[in-house]
Amino acid sequence: MNRKEITDKLYNIARPYVQQKEALEDFSMDTDLLRDLKINSANLIDIVLDVEDEFGVSIENAEMELMINVRSVVELLENKLDAK
Amino acid sequence: MTNKQRVVVTGMGVVAPNGVGLQEFTQALRQNKSGLGFDSELKKFGFSCQVSGRPPISNEDLWSVIPESHRAAFNSTGIAYGLMAGLEAWRNAGLQVDPPTRDPDSGIVFGTGVSSVSKTREVAYTIDEGKVRRLRSNTVPQTMSSGVAAYLSARLHLGNWVSSNSSACATGTESILLAARRIQSGQAKRMLAGACSDAGPYIWGPFDALRVLNRHHNDRADEASRPLASDASGFIPGAGAGALVLESLDTAKARGARIYGEILGGAVNCGGQINGGTMTAPNPQAVQECIIGAVKDAGVIPSEIELINGHLTATAMDALEVQNWARALEYDRNTFPVIHSLKSLIGHTIAAAGAIETVASLIGLQNQFVFGNANADILHPDVLEWVDKSQIPLKSLSFPHQTVIKANFGFGDVNACIVIRKNTSDEQKRNHG
Repeated sequence: MNRKEITDKLYNIARPYVQQKEALEDFSMDTDLLRDLKINSANLIDIVLDVEDEFGVSIENAEMELMINVRSVVELLENKLDAK
Repeated sequence: MTNKQRVVVTGMGVVAPNGVGLQEFTQALRQNKSGLGFDSELKKFGFSCQVSGRPPISNEDLWSVIPESHRAAFNSTGIAYGLMAGLEAWRNAGLQVDPPTRDPDSGIVFGTGVSSVSKTREVAYTIDEGKVRRLRSNTVPQTMSSGVAAYLSARLHLGNWVSSNSSACATGTESILLAARRIQSGQAKRMLAGACSDAGPYIWGPFDALRVLNRHHNDRADEASRPLASDASGFIPGAGAGALVLESLDTAKARGARIYGEILGGAVNCGGQINGGTMTAPNPQAVQECIIGAVKDAGVIPSEIELINGHLTATAMDALEVQNWARALEYDRNTFPVIHSLKSLIGHTIAAAGAIETVASLIGLQNQFVFGNANADILHPDVLEWVDKSQIPLKSLSFPHQTVIKANFGFGDVNACIVIRKNTSDEQKRNHG
């Protein structure tokens, strides 16, 4: 899976939880999940579960704390998928 | 103490087995349409009673009322019914859903008997499988008793008292009284009141086990709910929600709101599970005290009451209830007013019953008709001791009336009763001081 495919999947997973829908137009590697997309921190839990299901990986609590912007999530997933 | 504020109803919403939304529900009442049907899921699980009243809406359509961020793994019919009815009531009152600012003068008392039983079941299985971390963020609001109030306040941004009451089958009526008291006392200007109840085997099963559901009409769903009938032998379980927007008369008038009726007063009490009262049976003296208390609080006399919208679930308790009404309000066979039970058409919607039934009464007051008691062709002889047959309409009838009394009684020997009157006008102004 290449970076674009991972990013597209992440976009679709995050979309229902985005409260600042306009910010989706500028969805990029530097987009901050909480600050830019205004995702409620409780919904980060849902995104983690959806990501686990979509990519067949398991995300630990410590890794979750690193999920700040799109880049951090995509890189985390790249590493996990490489290790599979 | 300053004079009590008068409390009026300015908006209504409903999700009932015989109609979703005010328009469909009104039509169903006019036509005396049954919302009961054979329930294949109850059959699959081996229920004795295989008839139920489910609001005619698919879960898929129902979930669309839930905010997108909460929709995944949503599994709470009661909350969704409550949200749907509550938002309808709010809009029906001419008020804005998703307003830009918080309103500190408006609140919510929206009750339920249990949080989602289906969701709670799912949660238990997930934890048992060692997967607690797989529970989504919407698990807590679906399993907390105040979930329905929380989902409503997410859409209405109300800043006054926001809570969910719970008192078994008296919940709906109690919610209206609690909300009315908040306005009467001047602590709020406007309240959304109501109640909801889940559909499905997991909420209805314990009642089937108690043998209090009717198991004799599985092949004749329309005839299965038989309040007041000689052969009434159990209730039919139902689900749904009813909602009312209550406002102080001054607030309603100031914004030119349509007024459906006035909550004149009411009472709640408990039979204490003594002197005939048990977990499941009412203490007759306490029921009568509750009715008398409601009438006194409302400032009416028994002869002013033209219609009783009873609890009347279609069990052996129906005759006792009729006797309690008669004794409390000192009616005999010549003076007992018209009495009916919506449960003949939609079954017993448990915690939601009082809310849906009060919406039905307000629709009747507004349109000056009374829905009929389906299936009461042959009345129970103990009922006829207290009421003349002519006072129990079998079909929907045109019926000029101004004042209705409504009661519901619940497990735990709890009682709730309210008195409502059509519209308000200055000559009806009464001293509530």
